[in-house]
Amino acid sequence: MTEYKGVMVYAEVTDGKLAAITVELLGCGRKLADELGEELMATLIGRTVSNLAPEAITFGADKVYTVEDQLLEDYQTDAYLPVMARLTGEVMPQIILLGQTEIGRDLAPRLAFRLETAATLDCVDLAIDMESKWLRQTKPVYGGNARAVFLTESRPQVATVRAKAMSPPERNTARKGEVIPFTAGLEPAAIRTRVLEKVPQAVAEIRLEDAEVIVSGGRGIGNAEGFQQLAKLAGLFKGAVGASRPAIDNGWVPDVSQVGLTGKIVTPELYIAIALSGASQHMAGCSGSKNIIAINKSPEANIFREARFGVVGDWEKVLPAFTDKVRELLTE
Amino acid sequence: MNLIVCVKQVIDPEAPPASFQIDATSNKVIPPSGVSAVISPFDENAVEAALRIKDARGGKITVISLGINLLREVVKKPLSMGADELILLEDEAFADGDSHSTAYALAMAIKKIGDYDLIFCGRQASDWDAGQIGSGIAEILGLPGVTLAKKVDSTDGQAKVERITADGYEVVEVPLPAVITVSNELGEPRYPTIKGIMAAKKIEPVIWKPADIGVASSRVGAAGRRTKLLKLFPPVQESKCDLISGESPEEAGVNLALKLREAKLF
Ligand SMILES: Cc1cc2nc3c(=O)[nH]c(=O)nc-3n(C[C@H](O)[C@H](O)[C@H](O)COP(=O)(O)OP(=O)(O)OC[C@H]3O[C@@H](n4cnc5c(N)ncnc54)[C@H](O)[C@@H]3O)c2cc1C
Repeated sequence: MTEYKGVMVYAEVTDGKLAAITVELLGCGRKLADELGEELMATLIGRTVSNLAPEAITFGADKVYTVEDQLLEDYQTDAYLPVMARLTGEVMPQIILLGQTEIGRDLAPRLAFRLETAATLDCVDLAIDMESKWLRQTKPVYGGNARAVFLTESRPQVATVRAKAMSPPERNTARKGEVIPFTAGLEPAAIRTRVLEKVPQAVAEIRLEDAEVIVSGGRGIGNAEGFQQLAKLAGLFKGAVGASRPAIDNGWVPDVSQVGLTGKIVTPELYIAIALSGASQHMAGCSGSKNIIAINKSPEANIFREARFGVVGDWEKVLPAFTDKVRELLTE
Repeated sequence: MNLIVCVKQVIDPEAPPASFQIDATSNKVIPPSGVSAVISPFDENAVEAALRIKDARGGKITVISLGINLLREVVKKPLSMGADELILLEDEAFADGDSHSTAYALAMAIKKIGDYDLIFCGRQASDWDAGQIGSGIAEILGLPGVTLAKKVDSTDGQAKVERITADGYEVVEVPLPAVITVSNELGEPRYPTIKGIMAAKKIEPVIWKPADIGVASSRVGAAGRRTKLLKLFPPVQESKCDLISGESPEEAGVNLALKLREAKLF
């Protein structure tokens, strides 16, 4: 009988590079593996991904499994799931970590159900329980109003991790590791879905996740024109425009601008929240910001419980004056 | 088309965060007084997705809800929006499940219904935010699935789904039967009409116990869990807000800029 051993990270790739979340996962996986005194493995899946294996090693992996096949060009559940299920069935890691991304959200639960174990999604903290050696999985629940600690008492223990919840490790180019190719063994007929088209939604030059300053608006902005005023302020800071869900649902800003539990997770230096109430589901996406600034006409708004500075007032009056003053101070 | 939608009754997630309370001994949320129960919002989006297909292609929508103390006026809402039938998995044995035991019970109920083309779920429930039921049902029933849908249409034994991605969306084609999880980007769910509310009044929900769907009580609810909840606690709130004022809102805006500059925030 073989034992479940080691920690495996599903290494997601974006734009031909290790995704930021992958680096964070390797850092966190490394710590867990060290606590267990076991190995950290990374799994790269795609059409051509093995070139990224050395990178995964410098960030902490002891072993990197690479699975390359043209059927793995795009993420599809039916293609990636059997590969992960077969690989983890053979390698038998006791912990499998994925990012809480559109891939991890889809793959982690299916994998857990297929392996007859369980997954915990959207973890913000992971630690080994020193007595039992099980993985303590902490995740926000009730839209961020509470946190829960879960144990999965079956192996492998599958978890996805929220973006930016773990700090990325330093690169160590002296690290050594092993690269192990693994065949996909996919039958084209087993892939029941087909990706017909990928439609990017263009936003301003700076991605929300990378912006140092975010100017975010909510329902109280009232229309798309209002958001142009937010864009002006964001422009001064070379920042990006974000939004709460009602602004998305009303079509005032593109879907990709949503910040929150089910939108983007952002951690800018400055998060200026305008005419949004600061619902827990929204704060789930921005409470990691260094400084939250609020402009809201209601002194009772929850956003003031999380903001460092704020103004109680009508944004249509406060914002233009604020923007003009910021412009003036920046040109001084 | 036979359409199935799984919906969950939850504490209204839009209640003010300040009203939220936890009972630390039982690791349970204390339902705030005056806050009503609702259908989890993404599940309403899932109902809307099914209704749009019914509008366009015809068909029947069966709604399933699992839980205890299900308020009829809450779980009947999908009927008043236009769904046709309601099945309740309502029994103490189904209570306090995790994603695994809940998905198992729902999958077995769907199996009993037998005739289905599309199964819809919300992407995640607003209480535990677990986000696994749709995937679990697909896996247990051996069906293909597409998660995070913002648009669904179906013709000729296929569904075409717009699936949300980090930088936009992708269009995915999937053969039926399939499981689809729906996100808010689908758009606002419709309001019940008076006619719909009257029609819903006349529909009696069908109630199934574990034995009705051929499962042992030990496989569902709390007994069938694979995850253990160790602790439920409130997150720490650190910030204290420094409110900036002025003679007028405009002056407050100017003062805010000065304050941020002084604090070296830009
Ligand atoms: C499961 C789940 C997931 C969710 N995920 C997300 C998510 O990822 N992101 C997200 O944002 N939401 C999410 N939500 C929705 C969330 O619960 C709130 O409904 C939403 O964030 C509220 O948006 P808002 O603050 O813009 O609107 P409201 O709560 O309506 O607040 C509007 C605010 O604007 C202020 N205001 C109005 N007019 C003015 C004015 N002229 N000047 C100044 N202030 C003004 C009001 O005082 C009020 O505080 C989710 C909900 C659920 C149930």
